Amino acid sequence: MLGLVVAHLVMAAVLPAVSARNRRAAFGVAAVLPAVTLAWALGNAGQALGPGLDSTTSWAPELGLAFDFRLDALGLVMVVLVSGLGALILAYSAWYFGRRSRDATRTAALLLFFAGVMLGLVLADDLLTLYVFWELTSIASFLLVGQSGEHRANRRAALQALLVTVFGGLAMLLGIVLLGTAAGTYRISEIVTDPPTGSAVTAALVLILLGALTKSAQLPFHPWLPAAMAAPTPVSAYLHAASMVKAGVFLVARLSPAFAERAVWWVPIVALGLGTMLVGGWRALHETDLKRLLAFGTVSQLGFLMVLFGTGGRIAAMAGLALLLGHGLFKAPLFLVVGIVDKVTGTRDVGKLSGLGRRLPSLVVASVLAAASMAGLPLLLGFLGKEAAFEAFLHDGGVRNWLVALTLLAGSTFTVAYSARFLWGAFATKPGLPATEADQPSRGLTVPVWITALSGLVLGTLAPIVDGLARRYGAAYPAQDAVERDYHLALWHGLNLPMLFSAAAVGLGVLAHLRRDALTALHRRLSHPVSAQRGYELVVAGLERFAVRVTGRLQVGSLPAYLGFILLTVLALPGGALLAGGSWPADQAAFHTAIQLPLGLIVVIAALALVRVHRRFTAVLLVGAIGYGIGGLFIVDGAPDLALAQFLVETLTLVAFVFVLRRLPAHFTEKRPPRRVIVPKAVLATTAGILFAVLGVVASGARTAPATASEEFARLAPEAGATNVVNAILVDFRALDTLGEITVLLIAVAGTVSLVLATRHDRRRGTQVTSGSGTPEHEEELLG
Amino acid sequence: MNAVNLSMTVVLAVLYSVGFYLLLQRSLMRVLLGIVVLGHGTNLLLQLIGSPPGRVPILGIALPSEFTDPLPQALALTAIVITFALTTYLLALGYRSWVLVGHDEVQDDLEDRRIAQRERPEASMGEETTGEDDAEDDPGSAAASGDPVDPADVGGER
Repeated sequence: MLGLVVAHLVMAAVLPAVSARNRRAAFGVAAVLPAVTLAWALGNAGQALGPGLDSTTSWAPELGLAFDFRLDALGLVMVVLVSGLGALILAYSAWYFGRRSRDATRTAALLLFFAGVMLGLVLADDLLTLYVFWELTSIASFLLVGQSGEHRANRRAALQALLVTVFGGLAMLLGIVLLGTAAGTYRISEIVTDPPTGSAVTAALVLILLGALTKSAQLPFHPWLPAAMAAPTPVSAYLHAASMVKAGVFLVARLSPAFAERAVWWVPIVALGLGTMLVGGWRALHETDLKRLLAFGTVSQLGFLMVLFGTGGRIAAMAGLALLLGHGLFKAPLFLVVGIVDKVTGTRDVGKLSGLGRRLPSLVVASVLAAASMAGLPLLLGFLGKEAAFEAFLHDGGVRNWLVALTLLAGSTFTVAYSARFLWGAFATKPGLPATEADQPSRGLTVPVWITALSGLVLGTLAPIVDGLARRYGAAYPAQDAVERDYHLALWHGLNLPMLFSAAAVGLGVLAHLRRDALTALHRRLSHPVSAQRGYELVVAGLERFAVRVTGRLQVGSLPAYLGFILLTVLALPGGALLAGGSWPADQAAFHTAIQLPLGLIVVIAALALVRVHRRFTAVLLVGAIGYGIGGLFIVDGAPDLALAQFLVETLTLVAFVFVLRRLPAHFTEKRPPRRVIVPKAVLATTAGILFAVLGVVASGARTAPATASEEFARLAPEAGATNVVNAILVDFRALDTLGEITVLLIAVAGTVSLVLATRHDRRRGTQVTSGSGTPEHEEELLG
Repeated sequence: MNAVNLSMTVVLAVLYSVGFYLLLQRSLMRVLLGIVVLGHGTNLLLQLIGSPPGRVPILGIALPSEFTDPLPQALALTAIVITFALTTYLLALGYRSWVLVGHDEVQDDLEDRRIAQRERPEASMGEETTGEDDAEDDPGSAAASGDPVDPADVGGER
């Protein structure tokens, strides 16, 4: 299975080469792989419906990472949506995009790339694998919605989609890690058979839900989906109706068998799902752009699917699976129809299209098939699912279930109404509008519509096929009663309550469509400033302002402040760790040898005096005193080489300072800063100094044996022809380090010399430097 | 088991405190002195953590078991030399600064200060939504995905 996914990605990489020769051929070539994948999946359907088809490819065995894939009933349905619809939509795109369209090249490659990663997502049996593919689909969506980035609407929508879904994705990653740690495995099939418990799992589920809800555009994250309609219509049909937005629903469907009994799982799913279904349906009733109408319809249907998969009953799960397949098979052709209408008339506006039905009768038939499936009319796949959905909540008759069922009825009424509105908007002859001019669409555009619309009819009529899939998935839940045990998806269950609900939905929906003007007037009256889109904008703007404030506080432009922040961090992090975990060594000597005391005293006095002096030369001499004092301490420690180098370097430094001091004023020129500046600096520096001293004590106390490397060096030194071990280390064992040191010296010399020479050059030419950082002119220039 | 003795701990604390304090000053010369002092402190720290005082690590003078640890010495030796290189370079830099602008003080970065004074971001991800919609063609339309329109053709119709 990994092979199939990788083949998609490789193919996507070489596709631009094909595009360069022929745009249309590129889409054709791209459609081959998804078609092959579909054939492969259908060929393995027997095993998928039985024990499931597993494949594992080791990735990083040391970390326990592997590409685990699994094809089962749910996976099979998703593969039909991802690869089957993918192949058709790619073929459709060949005729949709112009032969010389600039967007076609990247769109073809990205669509195939998306098909590959989406396939990986739906087949993944490992939460981490799933996460990787999950984020890759978000990125593919970003690139496809953004297109070339020329249009503001594209950029805005792409960014919104990316921010919302990746925010959810990151939360989900955290949840996945928590869940995987609690379960001891990341394999989904193992987690589902033996679900972990505990408070960490509760937190994990909330986080994972956040990912699923954002990806599937649930309340209150839904506005990104209608906004994403700025993408070309085939992209909307594929990513934002048929496949990618189902990822969240898919994840819920995967994990529900394990967690549906927990309130933390089903309560938010059912509440938000129902809310989403109503809001999406209501908004779809008032859209005038056919594409946005369908987008809100998708939002609504995704809410419906969430409810079905999240409640965790056997019949609900069966209904969910049937509708999952059904939604792909009716929503994709409807989008493709919008694409055709747009292509042949140049508009998607309900208020401008009129009389199109007479010109394109065959397209009307296909659209009616798809829309009827969406509305849940008999003989169609949507009907099977909707009947089962009502049955799921009506058969045991609890108050909670009745509430859900009635809300679903309201949502279904909206669905019927906007299905009618879609057909009316696209094809009806409207009084007072001239008939729209339209060309005949090419076969390449209509054939995919027909295939998908008809498959909805075929699968609806041949109910046992879908029933087999749905029962296999529903078997994850133990049957609660005889009704659940014996339930089959079928066209005729007799005259019962679900049938009545279905009929009521259709009747009320048609009524709602006939009274559409009154409803729109109501919608106008209800319009209010609070909306999820506004909320998103406020959050983004708030984050940006917060970022500016934080940057403003931390990045104040003053070097001492920056160093102060760094020191504070050092105090907080390593200092905190030291306080938490460090142990003070038990035996502490006052000194090792008496001579350490006078030497240390010299260093301390010189250092303290250094803080107070005003004359530069005195300061340099004091630093020299510190250096020589430390050289002395080195001798006491048994490091004569070090002491030698220290004395030499100290002398050289002193000479260098004297050269420069000749030219500088004798005193430090800076004004003495006020106390309120000095005191915090002194406190901070002292605390940090003490921290380092304590760090030294604790670190040396932690050492219990001499370094093994050092013994090795001492043993091998004779072989290097040396008696001085330190020398042997420097020029033999660690010679490369010494080479690096020499290189640093060389660079420093080059820098120093050029600085000095540049200064001399300026002096000789008598140039007055009037600009540059820090001069009054520069400040004026910057601050205005 | 070995430990830094208390007197050396005090020396370390003073060296680091003074070094940090000087580093926080504005005079480039003081900053430089701070770096030198910190360098001294760190070299001393390396030695003290390494091992208690012992015999010089030279074969023939003492037995290897009596040696002080030679590895921190080698590290410190490298550090001393590099500190020297850094010192001379900074010294030249301070000197150049003094020649150019008449003092050797570290100035505030005015660009940074301007950012700090800002209340809202200059460009925003959300800002575009509130701006006026420009009269672009609908990018999601079929026309936008069709063949690019030759401007010459359109010109006649307008």
